[in-house]
Amino acid sequence: MSSETVVRPSDATAPDGSRSGRSGRLRGLLRWETGLLVLLVLVVVFGASTSSDFLTRSTLFYLGINIGYVAIMALPMTLVIMTGEIDLSVASMLGLSGSTVGLLWHHGWSMWPAMGVALLVGLVGGALNGLLVAKVGLPSIAVTIGSLALFRGIAEIMLGSLVVPGLGDRQFPAGLTSIGVSPVVGTPLAWGFVVFLVLALVCGVLLHMTPLGRSLVAMGLQPEAAQFAGIRVALIKFWLYVATGVLSAFAGIIYTLQVSSVSYNAGTGLELNVVAIVLFGGVSIFGGRGTLPGVVLAVLILGSLQMALTQRQVDPNVQNVVTGVLLLLSVVVPSGGEALRRLRARSRHPRKNRPSTAQPTSSPA
Amino acid sequence: MSQIRSVRRLATAAVAAALACASLAACTSGSSGSGSSSSSSSSSGSANKTVKKGLTVYFIPKDTQNPYEVLADKGGQKALGELGGKVVVSSGTQDTAAAQIPSVQSAIQAHADAIVVAANDPKALCPSLNQAAKQGAAIVAFDSDLECGSSPTHLFINQADTKSIGTSEVDLLAKQIGSKGDIAVLSAAASATNQNSWIKYMKVQLKKYPNMKLVKTVYGNDDPATSLTVLQGLLTAYPNLKGIISPTTVGISTAAQYLDTHKDVASKVTLTGLGLPSQMRKYVKDGTVQSFELWNPSDLGYLAGYAAASLASKVTTMTPGAKFKAGRLGQYTVAGPAATPSVVLGPPTVFDKKNIDKFKF
Repeated sequence: MSSETVVRPSDATAPDGSRSGRSGRLRGLLRWETGLLVLLVLVVVFGASTSSDFLTRSTLFYLGINIGYVAIMALPMTLVIMTGEIDLSVASMLGLSGSTVGLLWHHGWSMWPAMGVALLVGLVGGALNGLLVAKVGLPSIAVTIGSLALFRGIAEIMLGSLVVPGLGDRQFPAGLTSIGVSPVVGTPLAWGFVVFLVLALVCGVLLHMTPLGRSLVAMGLQPEAAQFAGIRVALIKFWLYVATGVLSAFAGIIYTLQVSSVSYNAGTGLELNVVAIVLFGGVSIFGGRGTLPGVVLAVLILGSLQMALTQRQVDPNVQNVVTGVLLLLSVVVPSGGEALRRLRARSRHPRKNRPSTAQPTSSPA
Repeated sequence: MSQIRSVRRLATAAVAAALACASLAACTSGSSGSGSSSSSSSSSGSANKTVKKGLTVYFIPKDTQNPYEVLADKGGQKALGELGGKVVVSSGTQDTAAAQIPSVQSAIQAHADAIVVAANDPKALCPSLNQAAKQGAAIVAFDSDLECGSSPTHLFINQADTKSIGTSEVDLLAKQIGSKGDIAVLSAAASATNQNSWIKYMKVQLKKYPNMKLVKTVYGNDDPATSLTVLQGLLTAYPNLKGIISPTTVGISTAAQYLDTHKDVASKVTLTGLGLPSQMRKYVKDGTVQSFELWNPSDLGYLAGYAAASLASKVTTMTPGAKFKAGRLGQYTVAGPAATPSVVLGPPTVFDKKNIDKFKF
C-alpha cells in the first residue's frame, strides 16, 4: 500500500496539459466497465446455452435472493474502499444483526421493534469502527478484523446453539418472510435485490454526481491533499463506517427474513465475497479509483455465473476456481498495467514521459 | 473536467445497466408454463405399487468433499440406478446454509421429483425446501435433521437408533471376551447427551450377561490427550480389565493407538466401540482391535434414495406405519409419532479384518 502512495503524487501532480495521459486512463476505465458488460453478456449466453432453466423468471428471482443481501453490503464497501480504507466486519455485523432480531423475538418482542434495535446495533458497531479508524487513526484492516471477531463473538454469546424460532417460539410473521419466496409484485425481482438497485442508484449519484462523492475520490487518491483542500476526511470516514454498519445490519435483517430463521453463524465468511465484488467491479483496493456501475455489473456477473454453473451442475470446486480466476484477473489486469507503466516510467525519465506510458492500462479484458 | 469524466462514465454505466436489464428481462418470458409439468406426471402414482422409472433425485450433502457424505451420495446413486432413475449431487464447498440454497433452487427449477438433504442449518433451508415441496418434490433428510415443522413435512433417515447402538456394542464385546469379565467405558464428555443415552442402554443390555461387570465409565472429552490420560488411569486402577467400549471415534482411536504400542496390555484387554474405518484400519489389520462399529454411510444414502423414490412415486407416505422396500436392505416402516416421521437404517455395521478395506471414510 505504501509503495502505491509513493507513486500517486506523480499521478496527482500530472499537469492538466497532459491530455493523452488523462484520456488514456479514462479509456482504461471505460474499457473495464465495457469488459464487464461483455462478460455479463457472455455469462448470460453461456447460461442460456447450457440449461433451459436459465432464461426464466425464477432464475432472476433466485439470483436476487442469493446475491441481493451480499450486494447491499457491497455498496457502502465501495465507498469505503474508494477512500482507501476497508471494512471486513460487514458479514459479522450481518450475523450480529440477525442474532439481535432472533434473540429479541425469542424473548417475545414483535418484529418491527426488533428490527429497529438490530439497525441500532449496526449503527453502534459502525460508529465503533468509524471512531477507531477515523478519529483514533488506526489502520482500518486491523480495526475491522478485530470487530469481525468481536461482532461474531457477541452474536455467538447471544444465541449460542439456539436457532430462532426454536421449539416453543412463534414463527416469524409470514408477511415479512414471504420476501424469501415471492418476488416484488409485478416483477420477477427479489425484494432484497430491488432494495439493492435503489440503494445502488443513491450511492451512484452520491459518488459520481455530488461534491461529497468527489471528496471520497480525493481522499482515496491523496488523503493529505484532501485534508488541505478543506475536506473533512475524518468526519466523512466516520459516517461512512456508520453507514456500512447500518446497511450491513439491514442486509442481516433481509437474510434473516429470507430464510425465516436465525443462527449466530449466518453469513460467515461473506466479507470476502463483498470485497471481491467491489474489486471485480473495478474499484482499486488503494482507493480513489472505480465506479459504482462497475460494482453493479460485478454483482450481476457473479450472480448469474453462480446460477449458470449451479444449473449446469458444475462441481462447486470448479465454480470456486472460475470465480477465483475472474477476481484475480480483476486485480491483476489493472494494477498489472499500472505496475508496468510505473516500471517503464522509472526506467526512463521519472517525470516527463506521459504520452508513451498511458497505453498499457488499456488492456483489461 | 472531472465533472465531464464522471458524467461520461455514468452514461456508459447507464447503457451497461440498461443492456444488462434487457438481457435479463429477456429471460422472463419463457417461464410461465413450467410450474405445472411435474404435477401432471405424478398423478397416477397411488394406484400402482411400483416405483416409477426416470425419477430425478437431488442429493444435497453438507458439502461436496466430506468423504462420509460422498459415500452416502454414492449409495443414493446406486439406489436410483437400480430403480431406473438418476441422482444429481449438488452443494457448495462450505458447510453453510447459504451455500446449499442455490442447490435447492436448481432442484426446483429442474423439477426434481425428490430432494435428499443433509442440512447445514436445521431451519434456514426450510423456505426453499417448502417451495420445492409445493411443486411436488418429496423432501428427505439424512445425517442431520431439519426442523421445518409442517412446511414442508419431510422424512428423516436416522443412521441408527440410540438403543441399538448401546445394545449392539455390548453384544459385540461379549462375543469377543466370552461374555465374562470386568469391562469399562471410555466416553467423550460427561455431558454428551448421545454418549450418555448409549451408555444407559449398555447397562440395560449388560443384564443379559451376568458374568460381565461394568466397573467404571471414564471421560476423555473427545480429546486425544485427555482420553489417553484417563485410559492409563483406568488400566492402572483395574488390572483385571477384560474389555473397553469406547463409543466415540476419538476415544477408540486413542485407545487403539495405546494398545498398539503396549502389546502386553493388548493381549489382556479387548477394545471395541464406534470408530472410523479410516482411523482404525491399521489396528484391525494388525490384530490390536478385532472389530468395531459404525453405521454404513453408503447404506444410509442407499436407503435415503429408496425412500425418496418411493415417496416421489407415491408408493409410500410419511404417515407412521407406512412401509416401503429398500432394495437389498429389505422393507422399512416409517416410525412415529415423534416430531418428524423417520426411518431408522438399522443396527450399526460391524467392521473387521474381512470387510474394512471396503470402507473408505
